[in-house]
Amino acid sequence: MTGPLLMGAVAYDPKVVTIWDGFRRWFDDQDLAFDYVLYSHYERQVEDLVAGRIDAAWNSPLAWVRTRRMAPAARAAAMRDTDRDLTSVLVVRADSTLEGPADLRRRVVATGAVDSPQGTLLPLGLLEGVDVAVRRFEVGVGLHGDHIGGERDAARALAAGEVDAACMLDANHLLFSRDGTLPAGRTRVIAQTPPFDHCNMSVVGEHPLLERFVALLLAMDYADPVARPLMDLEGLTRWLPGRESGYGALEAAVGRTGFYDERGVVTADGYRP
Amino acid sequence: MATGPEAARAATGPEVDLGPLGIDGGGHLLIAHALARLPVGSPLTVLGGGPHLPVHLRAWARERGHRVEGNVVIGGDADHRRLAGARRAGATGDVAERAPAAWGLAARGAIVEPGAPPLVGADLDRREEVWTELAPKLYAQAAAGQWDPATAVDWTPPELADEVEVAVVQVMTYLIENEQAALAVPARFIGRIHPHYREVVQFLTTQLADEARHVEVFTRRGRLGGRPFGVSGAGGRASLLTLLDEPEWPTASFLLSVLGEGTFLSLLSFLERHAPDPVTARIAHLALQDEARHVAFAMAHLSEHLRSDPALRYRLAAAVRRRHDALLDTAGLSDHVHDALAILAAGEWSHEAIGRGWTLVGSLQEEMNEARGRRLVRLGFSEHEANELSALHTRNFM
Ligand SMILES: [Fe+2]
Ligand SMILES: [Fe+2]
Repeated sequence: MTGPLLMGAVAYDPKVVTIWDGFRRWFDDQDLAFDYVLYSHYERQVEDLVAGRIDAAWNSPLAWVRTRRMAPAARAAAMRDTDRDLTSVLVVRADSTLEGPADLRRRVVATGAVDSPQGTLLPLGLLEGVDVAVRRFEVGVGLHGDHIGGERDAARALAAGEVDAACMLDANHLLFSRDGTLPAGRTRVIAQTPPFDHCNMSVVGEHPLLERFVALLLAMDYADPVARPLMDLEGLTRWLPGRESGYGALEAAVGRTGFYDERGVVTADGYRP
Repeated sequence: MATGPEAARAATGPEVDLGPLGIDGGGHLLIAHALARLPVGSPLTVLGGGPHLPVHLRAWARERGHRVEGNVVIGGDADHRRLAGARRAGATGDVAERAPAAWGLAARGAIVEPGAPPLVGADLDRREEVWTELAPKLYAQAAAGQWDPATAVDWTPPELADEVEVAVVQVMTYLIENEQAALAVPARFIGRIHPHYREVVQFLTTQLADEARHVEVFTRRGRLGGRPFGVSGAGGRASLLTLLDEPEWPTASFLLSVLGEGTFLSLLSFLERHAPDPVTARIAHLALQDEARHVAFAMAHLSEHLRSDPALRYRLAAAVRRRHDALLDTAGLSDHVHDALAILAAGEWSHEAIGRGWTLVGSLQEEMNEARGRRLVRLGFSEHEANELSALHTRNFM
């Protein structure tokens, strides 16, 4: 007899309980034995996935990169439609004279937390070879940038004139422009990363319910009034098969910064989730 | 022959020009508007949109399930799916036979996106129980007929004989507790009426506001002469409490508004005609106008309910008998009130006036009984049954 399929997720916000409780009920309605455990940060979740203590992990892109390094056979089983083709941007004040990344030489660039793919690791790739001072806003370290606070603080520092540029996700530049964190029309985007992928449902071992679990996710219908509120909370309109090709830039960034070594050991300086 | 730009447009497919509007400044409204007019999966070229468009377009589209290639948006089906199972909460201009709990607080005629928890507690959800075609009109009249106690009445204290002023205060003491009952009874049902039957809820809230004003003006008149309030008789209070105990809407409405407030129409009209002072006459007049609407509404919704469910008549009759039995051991209208009405109508402390007042109160009670009987006949009771039920109505009037 096998137990329920056990999934890990990181509790970056209280709503995570609402989301996965809802999914648990929804899977139960479909006769799939599903349970979840919550982690306070991604590193332990990855370690538990690789050790076989959980059967699937709702992983950040950075957690996926580490999973892959620790367990090369790991698969990305599913992802949200909203996890595909994100970009991050390098933003300056509109009235500055800075035109491109090279102009930031010896300037101060604000980023999100040390472990944020979209707020730090990926956009800093735009500044490769440029001698800049990085000012990190360490909010929610260990949450791999799921907490928006670091990017927001970076944006505030830019608006306040404390830094010369700030890094953020494209959607957060839109959000901050709308909510006034960045005054309308007062910022300019000087560089944008190529598209990258975000979270995925990572699996390592085998579980008899895994195939059905993924099939149910992919069949989840936004037209279903029971599923839709969960999808709205989790921020997707449909689940897609996992795609492993969208993490190359992050792999490169992890290698460049030495965030993890080739076997997935945490080697980042001063990173304490 | 096609001109240049038109030919180009035909070749590139539909476009939307945001002009200077960025997506952070409302430009997405134009895109969504254009996409809604295209089949799912159609490409839409986005022009203009300010310097942030390349960044914001993909961010905006991604969250809504659209795809983006350069400045072309390929519309997804999330918006359609969101409303896939949606139905309208009835027709805007017509009320439904039954209002499902799933409609919740939605406006009548709104498209109800499924997925919210159902409305709990609105068990009066059938048209026949609550609705009347007169509800919209009566609500409009009620809204237009709201008056301000501060300005609608000249509150100059009258100068009356002590005995007459004491009688007026006793009548006010009695009226206030009756008005409080008239406020409490519909208040208990308003939250149980499904909001689909909007005008009924609206009407009843004006009824509550009316009763609140009645409590106020009778209180102000009671205190106008500087005298303490009179007696609240045990029998009268017991009678009113049976109204609050009535658990069902049709019977509660029948006992309160057809029989009770119906009887009060005679009482208020009596007070207006025979008041010893202009303040009492004026407030009785204002309250009478409001009460006439309350009675009209109850008569209307009960008539329609009886048409669709004739057996309701037995429940209504049984409620009158039950209440009568419950009150058998109580005094009904206290002597304090009865005597005070006679002195109030007398208007002065003399043998002749007191005799006249006494006679007037006697005919008032006859008139009340006749008017109750007429209303019962209008609801479809036989003459015989109407007389019987009218006689069983509480001697406390309300
Ligand atoms: Fe009243
Ligand atoms: Fe009333």
